Amino acid sequence: MAVTSEISADGRKLTIAIKGRFDFAKHQQFREAYEKLDSDTECVVDLKEATYVDSSALGMLLLLRDHAGGDNAEIRVINSNPDVLKIFNISNFDKLFDIT
Amino acid sequence: MNTSLTVLIAEDSSADRLLLSSIVQLQGHNVLLAANGAEAVALFARERPQLVLMDAVMPVMDGFEAARQIKALAGEVLVPIIFLTSLNQADALARSLEVGGDDVLSKPYNPMLLAAKITVMDRMRRLQETVLQQRDQIARHNDYLLNEQRVAKAVFDRVAHAGCLSAPNISYLQSPYALFNGDLLLAAYTPTGDTHLLLADFTGHGLPAAIGAMPLAEVFYSMTAKGYGLAEMLREMNAKLQGILPVDMFCCATVLCVSAQRRSVEVWNGGMPDGYLQARATGQRRALTSQHLPLGILRAEAFDHSTRVWPMLPGDQLFLLTDGVIDTSGPDEQLFGVERLQQVLDANRQPHMLIAEVEQALHDFQGHSRDDVSMVQITSQLPQPLDVPVMPYSDSDQCSPLDWSASFEFRGATLQRFNPLPYLLQLLMEVHGLRARGAVIHAVLSELYSNALEHGVLGLDSRLKRDARGFARYYQLRNERLAALRSGFVRVRVQVEPVPRGGRLLLQVDDSGEGFDVATVLSRPLDLNRLSGRGVSLVRQLCPAAQWSADGRSATVEFSWEALA
Repeated sequence: MAVTSEISADGRKLTIAIKGRFDFAKHQQFREAYEKLDSDTECVVDLKEATYVDSSALGMLLLLRDHAGGDNAEIRVINSNPDVLKIFNISNFDKLFDIT
Repeated sequence: MNTSLTVLIAEDSSADRLLLSSIVQLQGHNVLLAANGAEAVALFARERPQLVLMDAVMPVMDGFEAARQIKALAGEVLVPIIFLTSLNQADALARSLEVGGDDVLSKPYNPMLLAAKITVMDRMRRLQETVLQQRDQIARHNDYLLNEQRVAKAVFDRVAHAGCLSAPNISYLQSPYALFNGDLLLAAYTPTGDTHLLLADFTGHGLPAAIGAMPLAEVFYSMTAKGYGLAEMLREMNAKLQGILPVDMFCCATVLCVSAQRRSVEVWNGGMPDGYLQARATGQRRALTSQHLPLGILRAEAFDHSTRVWPMLPGDQLFLLTDGVIDTSGPDEQLFGVERLQQVLDANRQPHMLIAEVEQALHDFQGHSRDDVSMVQITSQLPQPLDVPVMPYSDSDQCSPLDWSASFEFRGATLQRFNPLPYLLQLLMEVHGLRARGAVIHAVLSELYSNALEHGVLGLDSRLKRDARGFARYYQLRNERLAALRSGFVRVRVQVEPVPRGGRLLLQVDDSGEGFDVATVLSRPLDLNRLSGRGVSLVRQLCPAAQWSADGRSATVEFSWEALA
C-alpha cells in the first residue's frame, strides 16, 4: 500500500504514511485514511518514504487540515527529505503545519 | 462460435473451394466464393466480408496481389487474411505476411485447425474494432475539449486582455493555452506610470485551474487602474480566491510593482520559485524568494500582504518563472533544478536573449520542448508613459464640480492599513479639466503622501536609502514603525476653484512629523539617479511650482487648466 494509516492504541492519534510519489494518484487513499475519524484526532503525516511532493499533495494536506478543524488543526508532517522540505519552504506551508 | 461472420474464400480449385466452403458453413458462417484474385477483390469491394481465406497461387491475379488490394480497400479496419498454401510453410508465411496476410493454413485442410484460426482471427478483428472505436471516441472528446478551451480562452481574453504585456520593456514566453495549465501572466500600468506585474500558477490543470484566473485578472486590472497599491490588491485577490476556490486549490503568485521613477521594485511572492533581480551596473543578482503562503489559503484576518522593496534602477532587469522550468525532468527522472537555471543566468550576456536561452537549455536537458512553462522579464525603463487611459464618464461637462474644497485628516490606525490615494484620485478625476493630468496628479499626490507618512509621521531618514542594503533596511523600519504607530496624522487639503477660462487645483499635504531642513534639501541639484530623496526631487520634476513651508511639515502644489473652447 502506498498510503498506510495507523491509529494509536488510545485512538487519539492517526499516523498516515506515504510511500513513493505523493501526488494526485494518492488522492483517494489519502482521503480514506482520515475521513472516518473525528476531527479532534491528532494527525501525523509521515513522509519518511515519500520521494516527491507535488502541488496536489499540498492540496491534500489542506483538505486534511480542513477536516481536522481548519485554523485549530494541529498537524505534524514528519521525516520530510530535503527535496520535499524545499517544496514546503517555497510554499511556506510551515506556517500552517508543523513540518520537520 | 458465438458470432456468425461473412467469410470470403478465394480458391481456384473448385474441389477445394467446395471443401472449404462446407467446413466454414458448418461453423455457422456465411461464405462468398471467388475463383481468382481479381474476383476476390471485386467481391470484397462489394460485400465487405469480415475475413478472407486466400489461396496463394491462382490465375488472373494471384493471392498476394489480391491480399495487397484487399488490405488497401479495408483501410483501418482489420480484415484478417489467412493464406491457404501448399508451398513451403516458412517461405509462404514470410511472403504472405509481407503483403499484409495475418496467418497461414497449409493443405491438406484440417477443419479443427481452420475453425481455431477463424476464432483467433475474429478475436483480433474485434479487438482492432474496439481500439478504433475508442480512438475515435477519444478524438471526438479531444476535439470537443479543445473547442471548449478555445471558446473559454476567447472569453477570458476579453475579460483579461493583454494589459501592457506588449510593452517594449517586457518580454515573456507563454503557451497560448497556459491558462489551462494554470499559469497566468498579467501586466498593467498604474495611474502614475509604474508597472504592476503578476505571474501566477494555480494548482491543477484544465478548466478548474482556469476558472480562478478570471476573478484574479479582474481584480488586478481594476485595482491597478484605480491606483491601489500591492497590499490592497493582494488582500482583495486572496479574499476572492479564498471565497471561491475549494479547500485543496490555491494559487502561487509573484506580484510586483516596478517603479522606474522611484528607482525601486516592490515584491510579494507567495509560493512561486525564486525570481531574480539583476542590477545592470554591478551585474549583481538578487533572488526574490517566496515569503508567503500562496493566495487563496488563508482567511483575510491571517493573510500577510507585507511586501519587500528593493532598489531597481532604470536598465535593471527582473526575471520570473513558473515551477515548470525547475521541475522539467530530464534523463533518469532528474530535475532541471535551480542550479542549472542559475548557470544559464550566469552565462547570459545579452539580457534580451535570456528567455530564449533558458528555453534552449530546457530543450537540451529534456530532449524536447515543453509548452507548460511561463517566463517573463521586465526591464525598468524611463520614461514610462504617463497617460492614463481616460476613464469613460457618461455625464456631460455640466456636472463637473469646479468650486469646492475638502480637507482630510488620516490618523494613527488609519495610516497603518488604509490607502486613501485611490479615493482622493477618484474624487479629483470628477473635475473634467484635471483628467488629462491624472497621471501626474496621482504621481505627485502619491509622493507627497508617502513623504508625509514615511519621513514625517514615521520619522524615517531618506538617506538610509543611499545603497541597496540601506534600502532594504529602510523598508524594514517602515514596516516596524508603521505596525507600532499609535498617533500622528497626515492631512490632505484639496481646493478646486474656477479662474477665468479654466480652473485651478491646490493640493496641500501636512504631517505631524519633525519636518525637515527645506532650504538644504531644495538646494541640492536634481540628481535623477540617486536612490535616496526620490520623493522631493520627483515632485519637483513633475511639478516645478511645488512649495514647502519653512519647517518642512507642509507641502503645496498647484495645477491649473484651461477649459476647452
